Amino acid sequence: MTAVPRPHDHPDVALRAEALESLLLERGLIDPNVVDGLISRYENDVGPMNGARVIAKAWTDADYRQRLLDDGTAAIGELGYSGPQGEHIEVLENSGKVHNVVVCTLCSCYPWPVLGLPPSWYKDPAYRARIVREPRQVLAEMDLALDDDVEIRVWDSSSEVRYLVLPERPDGTSDLSEEDLAALVTRDAMVGVARVTAP
Amino acid sequence: MSELPVDLPITGPMAPPRSNGEMVFDAPWESRLFGVTMALVETDRFSWSEFQQRLIAAVGRWEAGHPDGEGYRYYERWAEALESLLDDLGIVAVETTDARALALAARPAGHDHHDDHHGQGPGPAAHDVP
Repeated sequence: MTAVPRPHDHPDVALRAEALESLLLERGLIDPNVVDGLISRYENDVGPMNGARVIAKAWTDADYRQRLLDDGTAAIGELGYSGPQGEHIEVLENSGKVHNVVVCTLCSCYPWPVLGLPPSWYKDPAYRARIVREPRQVLAEMDLALDDDVEIRVWDSSSEVRYLVLPERPDGTSDLSEEDLAALVTRDAMVGVARVTAP
Repeated sequence: MSELPVDLPITGPMAPPRSNGEMVFDAPWESRLFGVTMALVETDRFSWSEFQQRLIAAVGRWEAGHPDGEGYRYYERWAEALESLLDDLGIVAVETTDARALALAARPAGHDHHDDHHGQGPGPAAHDVP
């Protein structure tokens, strides 16, 4: 019997992944229902909407904002968000003078409980190398032009610390509810490569 | 048939990761690999930080050999990290994975999709995905 071409771009690794899973399954080391559940959880339930709710609450509740800046993990936990890659989340406050942007230069560390799994560009070698060297240029290429007098701080995630950017609340949103505000907050804004804009 | 590992809602409260512009995984095997890894972490076969050290090493090796960064595939590095960790822990030897992958590659036509039911190929059933 001849081997059949696989439908994916990288047949070898796809086959190896399948091989590994089948071996682990046979040996009773994984439960397929648990695997399905974990995938579904990270595809559907855990994502940037969690972080958006955190940000919207911080915009509308000054006490919460302070707690969030003092102890990100605890304040995020108040809203029920915790789990792997969320053990120590530090929240970075953007202002008219300081813009924070997050990277993981070594791999892909990212605050899963509030942002879900990272997007492709975050994992890309080009972003990971260049945002450190030339952040203003990279942000401009990502359609975020910052004035020269705005200080850019680049934060390198590590196995110990994950970061969440608290973007500036856009002007003209004083009459919006917390829920409406949350709908404005994007993943990119919480990584620091975009602004939140009014509707 | 869709290649999605599960039927994902396109709209509604479960959809937000997609509303930000992209799927979390680019291919079914990536999501399976992620799920398998996290399941092993949950059952304490290894810790996340043990895995992460392997991932950092695998990413670093690839980048050292590809200074221009072209052709990078994150989950390929993830797979390399997981294989090396399971091998070192004595859970699954790399040679065993090699042999199984070859057996899977030799499956007859019609059994070449991850979302198939694998009852009839030479390899045992890997998983059943709706």
